[in-house]
Amino acid sequence: MGVTIARLPKLFTRRGSEVELLSGGEMIMRALKEEGVKIIFGYPGGAVLHIYDALYQQDAVEHILVRHEQAAVHAADGFARSTGEVGVSLVTSGPGATNAITGIATAYMDSIPLVVISGNVPSHLMGTDAFQETDMIGCCRPIVKHSFLVRSIAEIPSVMKKAFHIAKSGRPGPVVVDVPKDMTAPTEKRPFVYPETVKMRSYTPALKGHAGQIRKALDLLLEAKRPVIYAGGGVVLGNAAKELTAIAKRLGYPVTNTLMGLGAFPGSDDQFIGMLGMHGFYEANQAMHQADVIFAVGARFDDRVTNNPKKFCPNARIVHIDIDPASIQKTVQHIEVPLVGPVGPVLADMVEMLNQMAVEPDQNALSAWWETINGWREKHGLWTGDRFIRRDKIMPQDVIRTLYEVTKGEAFVCSDVGQHQMFAAQYYKYDQPRRWINSGGLGTMGFGLPAAMGVQLAHPDSPVAVVTGEGSIQMCIEELSTCTQYNMPVKIINLNNAALGMVKQWQDMQYGGRYAGSTYADSLPDFVKLAEAYGHVGMIVTDPSELKEKMEECFAMKDRVVFMDIYIDPDEHVYPMQIPTGSMKDMILSKTEPSN
Amino acid sequence: MRHIISVLMENEPGALSRVVGLFSQRGYNIESLTVAPTEDVTLSRLTVTTIGDDTVIEQITKQLNKLIDVVKLVDLTDGEHIERELMLIKIKAIGAQRTEVKRTCDIFRGQIVDVTPAMYTVQLTGTSDKLDAFIDAIGASAILEVVRSGVSGIARGERVLSV
Ligand SMILES: Cc1ncc(C[n+]2csc(CCOP(=O)(O)OP(=O)(O)O)c2C)c(N)n1
Ligand SMILES: [Mg+2]
Repeated sequence: MGVTIARLPKLFTRRGSEVELLSGGEMIMRALKEEGVKIIFGYPGGAVLHIYDALYQQDAVEHILVRHEQAAVHAADGFARSTGEVGVSLVTSGPGATNAITGIATAYMDSIPLVVISGNVPSHLMGTDAFQETDMIGCCRPIVKHSFLVRSIAEIPSVMKKAFHIAKSGRPGPVVVDVPKDMTAPTEKRPFVYPETVKMRSYTPALKGHAGQIRKALDLLLEAKRPVIYAGGGVVLGNAAKELTAIAKRLGYPVTNTLMGLGAFPGSDDQFIGMLGMHGFYEANQAMHQADVIFAVGARFDDRVTNNPKKFCPNARIVHIDIDPASIQKTVQHIEVPLVGPVGPVLADMVEMLNQMAVEPDQNALSAWWETINGWREKHGLWTGDRFIRRDKIMPQDVIRTLYEVTKGEAFVCSDVGQHQMFAAQYYKYDQPRRWINSGGLGTMGFGLPAAMGVQLAHPDSPVAVVTGEGSIQMCIEELSTCTQYNMPVKIINLNNAALGMVKQWQDMQYGGRYAGSTYADSLPDFVKLAEAYGHVGMIVTDPSELKEKMEECFAMKDRVVFMDIYIDPDEHVYPMQIPTGSMKDMILSKTEPSN
Repeated sequence: MRHIISVLMENEPGALSRVVGLFSQRGYNIESLTVAPTEDVTLSRLTVTTIGDDTVIEQITKQLNKLIDVVKLVDLTDGEHIERELMLIKIKAIGAQRTEVKRTCDIFRGQIVDVTPAMYTVQLTGTSDKLDAFIDAIGASAILEVVRSGVSGIARGERVLSV
């Protein structure tokens, strides 16, 4: 039954102002506007046509039409990672929703705030195996922070408000709002009042740390003779890089970052001892293993960091700050001071309390510790000495170093997954948070290019590089077309080793060099022609001597997408590498230094 | 160790599947599960019995608390508590067996709630151990059908789980 606004009596709120009547589709668009959303990424289909029609008739929110729903979610994710705001995507029911799943899982694993709106079949058809019906709430259950199925038009404003609140507060994460088509019909209008606040009795994330625990944490930190600050993605997500840097500087302790935490502490600072973990820096992993006190901040003791948790840092007494209580003592059990709270406020409180205390770290012990660390750094550090000089082939490490030089360390680096990702984590120094954008938790090949689109839209004047491999880039390469449509001049740095390099590395190391399903050299596309087909610039680089010049040329083309197809040494492995099942310090240093 | 975790959660569609999904997704074990609305229709009370060492139980309670629909929870086994389970059991009862079954039933303070010339249906409440003991006493060959409610529990004394 259709009703028009004119025929309905006017409605008023308690405060006497007039209430608008909106369709569900209009409500969704208005809610986005109320949340300050300027850009959404989506792909239409039958179940969301009403929403698209409402989108067409407003101008607060711009829609970016991607070429695959996976990219709609990755792009929203890149937008969110680079800005700290909630990313939004809109997809249709059935295949649209299932295509979004990889993107949602990627965001979930890295705690990225997203609101994903999926259409569904009309309510009366749900559960009947209707055309393009998928139980989206069921499909996404294990990979969302929360999800909502809209059951009445009237609840749309409060559902949207809650969705945004849940996505961005506490430990952030993706929230799915599944909307049956009849909930958005243009003929069905309901009063629209967007709630100003949310209150949920079942969801109250901590806003501050416990003062007693903070005190205990400081006492322990000040006792340290061989301390390490181990900072993770939580510092980036919690916008606490400034606070982390302040306390690290105040204490003078070495800082290591996880893959997700790169940029949380300035990468070019002397106090930074590199990334830790599976492909972490020698000095970082040694320091962790030898530490007597570890200060874990917004990190989750992931298996790619700890190696065998049973052998993890046997002598360390550990302070662990995390917004998520479930992250504390999940894998590593000996946490002496757990501290639940948002990292920023907790660290700020710590610095303040520290300033009131008359105690200072043990400077003698600390300088001896730094001497040891600097010794490790001199011996096996990735940035000390020139370890990868080969003149006949382009070394992937040099590509990243050149990228760092050419972009003066100021680019947003969006990575795909594989060896190139590890090189980009090791050889680009991230001095600021939110500059290093990668799928750390899920390790999703295909993430880089669409994520870079979101980053570029959020930062139109900044250089945005996609560090990728010829394997990963082919997983969302269709987005080169989206780049054309919306002028997103990302620079694609393709580390072409003509193989699924990371897989091949493991096959070299553990499977006697039997390259099962990891090579395809004869069937790779001509990436230059491919880029040109989409209207972009393509470049081939094969000679080490022309690398820098070509890369400068690439970044000089500020308003063009440039695809640099760089032929690197196909046999290079990523080192250092932890020895599986060993402790943190057990590492292979190179092909010729099997273990230390 | 066996734990009884009592959960108050929003009485929302999908809430139960999130709890059950969490257990299967993370490989936690569910011995029994009961759920029903409370006196406040917006809340459901769920009781789950599970087995795990302290680290596992700690993770279970933390992960449950993390679910947006979960309002509050308590591990009843942390303190004094009362647990009850209801069982309905159909038992073969012919000839001499009839008095034997009746006597066993009396010993366990069960009630015969349905009778035919060939069987009794017995209702029994108590701890899970007591129900197990009754099943043992009757013996597998006499049992026709068993249905158990799963455990419900509540803390002893004045401690209450409420919002
Ligand atoms: C979607 C997806 N499928 C499979 C994998 C497993 N995987 C990890 S790295 C890798 C190889 C990546 O190849 P490429 O992009 O060329 O990067 P390279 O390692 O050669 O630098 C594969 C297949 C993955 N991470 N993601
Ligand atoms: Mg490759």
